[in-house]
Amino acid sequence: MRTRPDLIEHLPRLRRYARALTGDVTRADDLVQDTLERALAKLDLWQPGSDLRAWLFTLMHNLFVNQIRVRRPQETVMEDALDEPVSGGQMEALDARDIHAALAKLPEEQREVLLLVGLEQFGYAEAVQVLGVPTGTVMSRLSRARERMRAMLAGEPTIKLKLVI
Amino acid sequence: MTDVHEHELHAYVDGSLPEARRLEVEAWLAAHPDDAARVQDWAAQNQSLHAAFDSVLNEPLPLNLVRATRRPALPMPFKAVAATLAMLVTGLIGYAVGLNAPELAPAPQQAYLARDAAIAHAVFSPETRHPVEVDAAHAEHLVAWLSKRVGTQLQAPDFSVQGFDLLGGRLLTGETGPVAQFMYQDKIERRVTLYVRRAVAGNTATRFHHATENGVDVFYWIDGDFGYALSGQIGRQAIQQLADAAYRQLVTASATP
Repeated sequence: MRTRPDLIEHLPRLRRYARALTGDVTRADDLVQDTLERALAKLDLWQPGSDLRAWLFTLMHNLFVNQIRVRRPQETVMEDALDEPVSGGQMEALDARDIHAALAKLPEEQREVLLLVGLEQFGYAEAVQVLGVPTGTVMSRLSRARERMRAMLAGEPTIKLKLVI
Repeated sequence: MTDVHEHELHAYVDGSLPEARRLEVEAWLAAHPDDAARVQDWAAQNQSLHAAFDSVLNEPLPLNLVRATRRPALPMPFKAVAATLAMLVTGLIGYAVGLNAPELAPAPQQAYLARDAAIAHAVFSPETRHPVEVDAAHAEHLVAWLSKRVGTQLQAPDFSVQGFDLLGGRLLTGETGPVAQFMYQDKIERRVTLYVRRAVAGNTATRFHHATENGVDVFYWIDGDFGYALSGQIGRQAIQQLADAAYRQLVTASATP
């Protein structure tokens, strides 16, 4: 009988990613819990010797994408948030609040790439594996995410921002 | 110099360019201030993400999630389940205060020391950007800070003879209070960690014990009120040599007035 890998050591990183992805403690831990349940159910499909962490993140990605599909009506509200005015003068140190707000305004597929690469330190090839899209797509999403974050964090209007008088 | 592509600017920020190309990109950036500004902002984004979310790594793990990693394949009698959970809980890194298990004998606690140290090693040693909270450049401050939090005069052993340099350290929470973790790295970037925390009352000094937890070799011992565990995946013999060195240095240090 093969030994089952221990998932505990991956818990802290799965929680970090889920927290940044959802921006919500409860929703994040629910996502982690669903991921673990799915992982235990499918553990026999995991190839021993392959990257368990990438495999777990792949499961989480699939669950997250399904959640978004279900939640789609709410997400359109999120898109509207882009019309909200962004206050200027944020050139000074970015605090955690700015980052949270900016992340929430990124489209999910851009947010995922930015977090996998920028926070979780996955290589591009691993991000390709986790997200199941071609390298070119990963790179263009990363590029758009970073430019959009840059504009938001610098207080520069990206898309049709309303003027604040 | 060949033109630098956008994706290479990202690869530069993410540290995934070959060294030769990295130098070329650096030269390019020196001559192209717009690109340099973008690259700088992207790197700042990475830093901000870590600043905002790294604390999650050190949060106490919710019990329901711990349970979810270990769903038993077959139903167990309730008592056995409860006992398993109690063991998991007391053994968890970051499962902070508030959960005492007085019925547990000291001996398993020592095994928890090995297990906790191995988990902490597995969580933090792969981090490339922020493996430590305070780096070795501020070694004095690091040792003073961790000593204060853990409640004893700590010392980061010197492994330079064995080829490992101090990378830095971080503060963790554990079942017996604050935990200090020192991290070391050798020339080929293999890492070992030393985990130090207050031992459970009633422990007496012990000799070395060895444990393997999920492929991580751990050598651990109790000295006075504190438990020490050295973890790594560099082969049992190599980690034992480091543990011997640590033991010699730390015990000698504590014996000297």
